[in-house]
Amino acid sequence: MAYKVIVCAKQVPDTNVIRIDPKTGTLIRQGVPSILNPDDANALEGALTLKDRYPGSTVTVVTMGPPQAKDILIEAIAMGADKGVLLTDRAVGGSDTWATSNALAGVIQYLGNFDILIGGRQAIDGDTAQVGPQIAEKLGIPQVTYVEGLEIEEDGRTVLAKRQLEDGYETVEVALPCMLTCVKELNEPRYMTYAGIFDEEMDEKIITLSATDVNLDPAIVGLKASPTNVFRSFTPKPKGRGIMLDGSDEKELATRLLVNLKAKHVI
Amino acid sequence: MNFELTKRQEFVRKLVRRFVENEVAPIAAEIDQEHRFPRETIDKMGKLGMMGIAYPKKYGGAGADYVSYIITIEEIAKACATTATAFACHNSLCCWPIYTFGSEEQKMKYLPELFSGRKLGAFGLTEPGAGSDAGSQQTKAVLENGEWVLNGTKCFITNGGQAQVYVIIAQTDKDLGNKGISAFIVEDTDPGFSIGKIESKMGIRGSATAELVFQDCRIPEDRLLGKYNRGFNIAMEIVDGGRIGVAAEAVGIAEGALETTVEYMKQRRQFGKPLTKFQGLQFDIAEMKARTECARMICYKAAQEKNDGLPYIMDASIAKYYAAETAMFVTTKAVQLHGGYGYTEDYPVERMMRDAKITEIYEGTSEIQKMIIAGQVFK
Repeated sequence: MAYKVIVCAKQVPDTNVIRIDPKTGTLIRQGVPSILNPDDANALEGALTLKDRYPGSTVTVVTMGPPQAKDILIEAIAMGADKGVLLTDRAVGGSDTWATSNALAGVIQYLGNFDILIGGRQAIDGDTAQVGPQIAEKLGIPQVTYVEGLEIEEDGRTVLAKRQLEDGYETVEVALPCMLTCVKELNEPRYMTYAGIFDEEMDEKIITLSATDVNLDPAIVGLKASPTNVFRSFTPKPKGRGIMLDGSDEKELATRLLVNLKAKHVI
Repeated sequence: MNFELTKRQEFVRKLVRRFVENEVAPIAAEIDQEHRFPRETIDKMGKLGMMGIAYPKKYGGAGADYVSYIITIEEIAKACATTATAFACHNSLCCWPIYTFGSEEQKMKYLPELFSGRKLGAFGLTEPGAGSDAGSQQTKAVLENGEWVLNGTKCFITNGGQAQVYVIIAQTDKDLGNKGISAFIVEDTDPGFSIGKIESKMGIRGSATAELVFQDCRIPEDRLLGKYNRGFNIAMEIVDGGRIGVAAEAVGIAEGALETTVEYMKQRRQFGKPLTKFQGLQFDIAEMKARTECARMICYKAAQEKNDGLPYIMDASIAKYYAAETAMFVTTKAVQLHGGYGYTEDYPVERMMRDAKITEIYEGTSEIQKMIIAGQVFK
């Protein structure tokens, strides 16, 4: 079996480097490198693993963003993806998750049939984890979120996905085509290769689309169509440091905990 | 004029940084202490296409430019000069001459295996009596019944004993001096070829440095590399290019030492304030930074010239001389700024200082570089 896999990816500011202006409460983006969203790198690795396992499969990476978002498509192709698709248009600028998923669902429909859609659980800039599930809803396909394990069953048309939950995990069978959003525990993304970075066909492998190319309805994309409003952003005050208690057994620990709580007038 | 890296060069840096962080830096101290060759790293590098970066895809290379190769050496050397040495020696001193002077058959036979990392390369020029005076070759090659017969000893050969493919320089006509020298390809399995003494060194201790012994070593006639009796020129061209690689290694060592020291100074407090607040020490850092940046610029310039097919001999020598002296200067300062801790193996700067020293010596000492620079100036 060979599969058509589409990866949804986003270019994000590297939040390990980013700082917040304490006065305005906004991100200081100057000098902050843009990277492929880490969970999306896991999604891409998941797709490339399928391609390795099922020869003839193809991996297409789809993103939406400003022209420089093309960089993550170059990186994806240097890792082994076959094709990159960038939707870039002023008309989709400022989209919230609802509008973004409308736009991306439109691009995916434009690209035609697929077997598996896969994305990261969430992007490190917004942390919403909404776009993946919304795309699935709009395309009318089943979705499995928080995927940390992924296999295709013998019938070739069912995915066995292991979902990460707070207190354990569950295994879900889902029929293709489907949408999966994955967590970082799914895998360790591979390196780019030199030959991949210097792929002579890089330019042909990346397609740039506008909103009209994919017939997006202007009423459901962009800032104006977005139902989300950000009222205020602020930096939460750091909490005090926690205290780790040591003790030889539960009783001793409980005693120490009580003493501490009483000393602080909590109880 | 443009000092920006290209997009692809930036991706190369990103790739190498991640690779170095995961695979090279964690074992740098260990391989130094154990004098252990990092064979496992070489295998991983081969898979990423690092062992044949700036060569055409036709032979299994990655098709990258020469500056990308230089950036790779620099980034590796920031964390581990040993690994950078093994890598640069393979690329610059073995792959390059086979690619440049080899016949199509030789290229098809050796390059794909070298570029994939399945085989490692080395270069044998130096002899006990032929160091800076490279023309005084005593190793002889004589053509007998359709085979070259090699006799002699090479010393201080990087990757010696670890490599499978060796480019060897030997005397083929004693009466002709420099014009009676030829280059050959020798394989580790060739009869009469063996590894002699393995050197124990001050720095780059994980790098293999060995004596090569040729005792009636018989190789097929078609292992002659390039033209008969043109070996001296080939050797000089090899080391000219190799110098940019050593310059990049020196730049990397200096950058690594500088970064480590800056981080240390932020943490370390004396007299109630971090070391970063002492103006005298700030001046040291300023000097270290200024020299490192200058070394990097001339190194990239030489690399770009080589990439573009422009004359690069003078800039390669300036880069090699200046970067090596800078690496020594910066690492010595780095140890000083770390105080007593810098003198211990608990911090990487003592290793970096030991590693830096070799860059002033191999691929032509600083003194040889000055001779070349002066020679070009007075040409």
